[in-house]
Amino acid sequence: MHEAPATPGTERRAGRLSDRLTLSAKRVLWAWLFLAVPVVFYGAIRFWPTAEAFWISFTDWNLLRPAQFVGLDNYRRLLADPLFWKVFANTFLYLILGTPVSLVLSFAIAYHLDRVRFLHGFLRALYFLPFLTTAVAMAWVWRYFFQPVPIGPINNLLASLGLPAQPFLRSTLQALPTILVPAVWAGMGFQIIIFLAGLRAIPTSYYEAARIDGLSERAILWRITLPLLKPTLVFLVVFASIGFLRIFDYVYNMNTNDPGGPLDSTKPLVIMIYQTAFKSYDVGYASAQTVVLFLILLAISLLQLRLMRQPT
Amino acid sequence: MRMSKRIAGNSFTKKLLAGAAFGIGLTLAGQAGAVEIEYWQYIFDTRVKAMDQLIGKFQAANPDIKVKQTTFPYADYQTKVSAAVAAGNGPDVVQLFYGWLDGFVAAKLIQPLPKDVFPGAAIEADFFPIVSAMKRGEDYYGLPTAVRSLALFYNKKLLADAGLDPNTPPKTLDDLVTMAEKTVKRDGAGNITSEGFALDMAGQDHQWWREVLVRQFGGAPYAEGDRKVTYGDAAGAKALAFYTDLQLKQKVGQLGFMDEAQAAFKAGKATFTIDGTFRLGAFSAIKGFEWGVAELPANAQGVRSNYASYFANAITAKAEGEKKAAAAKFLAYLSSPEAMEVWLKVVGELPARRAVALTDANLANPIHGPFLAGLTNAHTTMFVDEAAQRQITMDMVNRVLLQGQSPADAVAAAATAEQALIDRVTKK
Repeated sequence: MHEAPATPGTERRAGRLSDRLTLSAKRVLWAWLFLAVPVVFYGAIRFWPTAEAFWISFTDWNLLRPAQFVGLDNYRRLLADPLFWKVFANTFLYLILGTPVSLVLSFAIAYHLDRVRFLHGFLRALYFLPFLTTAVAMAWVWRYFFQPVPIGPINNLLASLGLPAQPFLRSTLQALPTILVPAVWAGMGFQIIIFLAGLRAIPTSYYEAARIDGLSERAILWRITLPLLKPTLVFLVVFASIGFLRIFDYVYNMNTNDPGGPLDSTKPLVIMIYQTAFKSYDVGYASAQTVVLFLILLAISLLQLRLMRQPT
Repeated sequence: MRMSKRIAGNSFTKKLLAGAAFGIGLTLAGQAGAVEIEYWQYIFDTRVKAMDQLIGKFQAANPDIKVKQTTFPYADYQTKVSAAVAAGNGPDVVQLFYGWLDGFVAAKLIQPLPKDVFPGAAIEADFFPIVSAMKRGEDYYGLPTAVRSLALFYNKKLLADAGLDPNTPPKTLDDLVTMAEKTVKRDGAGNITSEGFALDMAGQDHQWWREVLVRQFGGAPYAEGDRKVTYGDAAGAKALAFYTDLQLKQKVGQLGFMDEAQAAFKAGKATFTIDGTFRLGAFSAIKGFEWGVAELPANAQGVRSNYASYFANAITAKAEGEKKAAAAKFLAYLSSPEAMEVWLKVVGELPARRAVALTDANLANPIHGPFLAGLTNAHTTMFVDEAAQRQITMDMVNRVLLQGQSPADAVAAAATAEQALIDRVTKK
């Protein structure tokens, strides 16, 4: 903060403190007074526990015993734990599959929705609705859709068409994409709204000029729309990536009997952290996992800042 | 009242007044000093109701003790207990799963039961032997009001539909397989539409496999106080093959069918399922649903086994002096025959005292009888981390069912993984 130098003209008798401050200094003081509330709040409930987690990751705390310093043991154990690498791969699989699929789908919908005039508001609300719904409730509904015969609607449909029933959540190969379906579907509402805003922000004069020049719709899309949407795209890519890296509720609720299963094929890092901390009470080890997740998210956020700073 | 009128300089009145004030002071002290102790358990409707009744009866008999019951959702229970006791705020009497004992003792959350109120010899003479899971060295750290065991639930209508006698449940494993084969229903494509036997490793089947099937196929799940895994042998593989064959070979059930075994059974879409006493409430609540309970099937040689578990009540380390005495009194009441009868009636869990449990009336009861019979040959697994050990057993079955691994390889891998887990936890 800039401290304004005391102006010589404001000499006064040594009076109250507020009298001795310049107007701009007072402003700064007030600003900090108001800022202090969120700063203290975040400091106490966000940053302090975060710092604490770093410390706990170097101990063997299990909630019951006083914590003992164990150095890098938890990190060594993490690197040697095959489950960690499996979970690490799963986490990135959610990211690599989820982000492009959800962005391509929501862009396609937003692109076409932008041109629809008939029932535009209604359709937009319809797409946004899943975003407002509780993830847990949605996960359970989708879990029911993917059940085997005789209760799962999808498998019942397959059976009535004479097609073989699919294991979906009970298959080590199909389970992860199956869980991504509701996760992508629920996130799409938000992405569509942001894409729509981005599309509307592009001046129509560009399009008019392009049409006068006789550019095809395809060329307009690739040469005008997409390049000008870059800030929106970068924002959504980062936002979606962080969301998929932290995926928990869909995985947990679509398979509550074996969260992250079968055979850890759907387990993301966050579920591993949860189970280590609150099922096995191995809080030190769980904190080490949290620190790793934190570093991954930090790296991705920094990458975002870099990309955003580049001129578009 | 009379005294106030006579307040004068007279020394007699003064003495009387002083005496009265002393007396009033004493009664006030007596009221304020009614020892208040706190009792914690997790939220489960019937358990909370039963405890309210017990506290009412206990307070009526002991007007100088007040008991306050506090409950938490099961998911947070253990975390809250450890955090509160560590901060010195927690309960005086606490309910804990027998499998948590080592953690609670190591953390000094609970103290040994006073031997004058709870003599070890009396406990061993009166209670089912499974309470030994609460003993460390010479000390008992807690006592249960009620215990749970497993039994085979069967759907009478599905048996009758298949032309079987609805009142003759299977006695042996072979009977179980035959009857499951006769009652399973499939559609044209071979998809199961009603199970013969509901498989659910995440439910109670992992206990059935570990403590019952492994023994029935000639093995032993553990040795050295359950610190050494011994099921990774041919007997363990045979026990696993028996279980996985139900889906792969006889095709009488399918893991994940209707999501959970209990859901399939409740919906009338499974002939048999293995479950515990705690499920009785959910099944009895369904109108017109005709089901029965039988003791877990024996093997061909008549070997039977069962898995029993319980929540015990213990005195926390925080209770001292008169609170400790009050806590001991309350705990003694919770482990009394009277309390056990209330618990059986309200919650449906079996009394932990042999004399209260094994009455002719209870044994003849078509529901409680089979569970009680199971108690006499029951084992309690001394888990170090129940969730993680269950996961290993679930993964073992999934490797056979989903990845086609041989039962021998799967059981060996599970034994190695579980041994590593036990070693890591107990080393600390």
